[in-house]
Amino acid sequence: MATTAEGFQAHHDDHAHGADHKPGFFARWFMSTNHKDIGSLYLIFAIIAGIVGGAISGIMRAELAAPGIQYLWWWAGSSPDDLAAAGHMWNVFITAHGLIMVFFMVMPAMIGGFGNWFVPLMIGAPDMAFPRMNNVSFWLTVAGFFSLLFSMFVPGGGGMGAGVGWTVYAPLSTTGAPGPAVDFAIFSLHLAGAGSILGATNFITTIFNMRAPGMTLHKMPLFVWSVLVTAFLLLLALPVLAAAITMLLTDRNFGTTFFDPAGGGDPVLYQHLFWFFGHPEVYIMILPGFGMISQIVATFSRKPVFGYLGMAYAMVAIGVVGFIVWAHHMYTVGLDVNTKMYFTAATMVIAVPTGVKIFSWIATMWGGSLEFKSPMVWSLGFIFLFTVGGVTGVVLANGGIDDNLHDTYYVVAHFHYVLSMGAVFSMFAGFYYWFPKMSGRMHSELLSHIHFWLFFIGVNVVFFPQHFLGMQGMPRRYPDYAEAFTFWHEISTLGYWITAASLIPFFVNIGYALFAGRQPGNNPWGEGATTLEWTLSSPPPFHQFETLPVIEDHHDYHDHSSGAAPQPAE
Amino acid sequence: MGGQVNHDYHILEPDIWPLIGSLSALTFTSGMVLNFYPDQFGVVGPVVMWAGLAGLLATFFFWFRNIVIEAQRGDHTPIVQLHMRYGMILFIASEVMFFVGWFWAFFDFSLFPAPLEYLADSDTTENLFITQGDTSLGERVPNGMEVLDAFQLPLLNTIILLCSGTTVTWAHHALIHGDRTGLKQGLWATIALGVIFSFIQAYEYSVAPFGFGGNTFSSAFYMATGFHGFHVLIGTIFLAVCLFRAYQGHFTPRQHFGFEAAAWYWHFVDVVWLFLFVAIYVWGGWGAPVH
Repeated sequence: MATTAEGFQAHHDDHAHGADHKPGFFARWFMSTNHKDIGSLYLIFAIIAGIVGGAISGIMRAELAAPGIQYLWWWAGSSPDDLAAAGHMWNVFITAHGLIMVFFMVMPAMIGGFGNWFVPLMIGAPDMAFPRMNNVSFWLTVAGFFSLLFSMFVPGGGGMGAGVGWTVYAPLSTTGAPGPAVDFAIFSLHLAGAGSILGATNFITTIFNMRAPGMTLHKMPLFVWSVLVTAFLLLLALPVLAAAITMLLTDRNFGTTFFDPAGGGDPVLYQHLFWFFGHPEVYIMILPGFGMISQIVATFSRKPVFGYLGMAYAMVAIGVVGFIVWAHHMYTVGLDVNTKMYFTAATMVIAVPTGVKIFSWIATMWGGSLEFKSPMVWSLGFIFLFTVGGVTGVVLANGGIDDNLHDTYYVVAHFHYVLSMGAVFSMFAGFYYWFPKMSGRMHSELLSHIHFWLFFIGVNVVFFPQHFLGMQGMPRRYPDYAEAFTFWHEISTLGYWITAASLIPFFVNIGYALFAGRQPGNNPWGEGATTLEWTLSSPPPFHQFETLPVIEDHHDYHDHSSGAAPQPAE
Repeated sequence: MGGQVNHDYHILEPDIWPLIGSLSALTFTSGMVLNFYPDQFGVVGPVVMWAGLAGLLATFFFWFRNIVIEAQRGDHTPIVQLHMRYGMILFIASEVMFFVGWFWAFFDFSLFPAPLEYLADSDTTENLFITQGDTSLGERVPNGMEVLDAFQLPLLNTIILLCSGTTVTWAHHALIHGDRTGLKQGLWATIALGVIFSFIQAYEYSVAPFGFGGNTFSSAFYMATGFHGFHVLIGTIFLAVCLFRAYQGHFTPRQHFGFEAAAWYWHFVDVVWLFLFVAIYVWGGWGAPVH
């Protein structure tokens, strides 16, 4: 089996189809149909996008280090007294930072990268269900990134680039930003969104249909559960965004009035449509992280995860409830008080399944034989910092309090605690957990720990003071501020440099591992690592599981304590 | 891992079309943007856009051709066919959510109209707000506007699409019972009905009493029915491919997922139309003067 149309595959030979038969360089990396190679491409792409997005944060923190405009006019190619150009440049930076980090860093790394690599391995499948579609998902993401880059070099009203925020709110994005830049940015979302929808169908199909014999849904590793829920969120939320941004395009270019009050339209409608996508989107960015943390905490506690079924269905609950809380992003648009009460209550409900997860991770560690290897310290950092972000989230869930805090730095601090610390910590945890498996090289624990502590200190110094700034009234999305805010902004900028410095040990570590790292063997993490990827070589063969593994009935490795299930015989 | 494949999954060799398709998509969308600004980019826009579209069409053609070749070669084992069923159902689910966006906009305007009146010649929003005050609930948007009579051509189109749903089922039953002639006749009838629907829709657009845009009713009407019309075209092409394959001798009574996917898609398009007809044509235009 395993062939495509002749003419495209002149060199194909069915009998030379060994497990490690790799195609040539161009075919392997540009025409890939291999889930592990596509996963690697996604991870490399996410690292590159992360460097770009992170560099933009550096420009922003440098600008915010002191009141007044420092550098923005220079970036805008203008003169120091041109405040309008500087302001537009600022808007372009915050837009690019947000879109890059959400669509081109976190999502590609978590779902495209780790999801592609480890969902098939963990369920005992040879590849994804639709290997070609898997590749088009990746290249559409790259196409979206290029469309966003194009937007930086064409006029967007007030200067070059799209300065409309990652939310692309009308009417700033319609009548407020003439010129092709915003159109390019919108199409960037169309392209990346199409890639993600195709990826979501691929993951759902793979997880439902390609589990190894004996692996029931309730025996599936929690990371796979997390990707399954995430894929459903992508599948159902992204098309609504596609409709909303298509309305932006037609309002901009073809005279429709979806968001234009002059024709009966309503800018708030855009916000509803955007956040109907946008709120599931924030769970899309964190759920795979939840899954990774569950695997890692169980591994380094040498215990099955506490409350496996509760953990799985907590993610399902978060996914479902995530669709009916969107207007908590819109408390200040003039919603009536009953609507605000509903959305406040519904939002707080999400704290329940999230609490189930946090406490179950702690209970997993309780009485475990803990080993503080690099993935574990990142996971502990995740649990602590995500909880901080979750707690400020409960504060912001209140419609009344949010009237005060909406669009302040308190919100910025909140969502960076759940994303820059939640999502990113889980990504580094997953990276250190699986890097030996992916590369066949062991990284340095020392450098990983240095990376962790620098990053941990750095991001907290960046974002913790922003809670204070927010409560003092510092608004989001401004390059300048009153002098009263200077002190905490200085601290915050200092934190950026610590965070940036932490990436040096990260990259040195990768380089060290690739050139001098020792072979980790099948399973460098010991008996706590029970999922199927650790039964394979590091790196796994080009095509694994050509004979499917069988998950035996008694081998209930998630929950040895569940009723009658006996321990697996070694 | 002796290199011996002992499973029924479809492991594919490397393929160039995902890369070409993505580059074409980027070219197409970029060309569309340039096309929006003819003063700045002139003829470059259309050239880039059509080049991108050509690349996309080529990608679709060759990609689906490869799938058909693989199907004929027997690569689509029962489990792989199941993959495709899941894939198609999920794709249709995402399409449903796309239309949810357009219906959401339509119902937002219709159920909660802005506190202003539709004034065709008003040039500022301020005037409009003065008209009714900003706390009152406005009137529904067709207010004062002529709309299409739902019970003339739109009703005819509803009947046409419902009929096409039955003819595609006729084709399916014929296929299952090994009646190749019935399969072809049913598909011909379905495609013909689809084409007639598209022509009627195009005619209706050309004689509609309101132009594109300018107010919310027109915006939601044209975008929602327009995207539906686009899906009818896709569905018609999909069915035409099935008809071509039927003449090539493809499909067996037991294995014909390409046909089933086309039929599912066609029924989805049909159901979307029913919602459009009831919501936008009948309810949306209720009480408004008709053309």
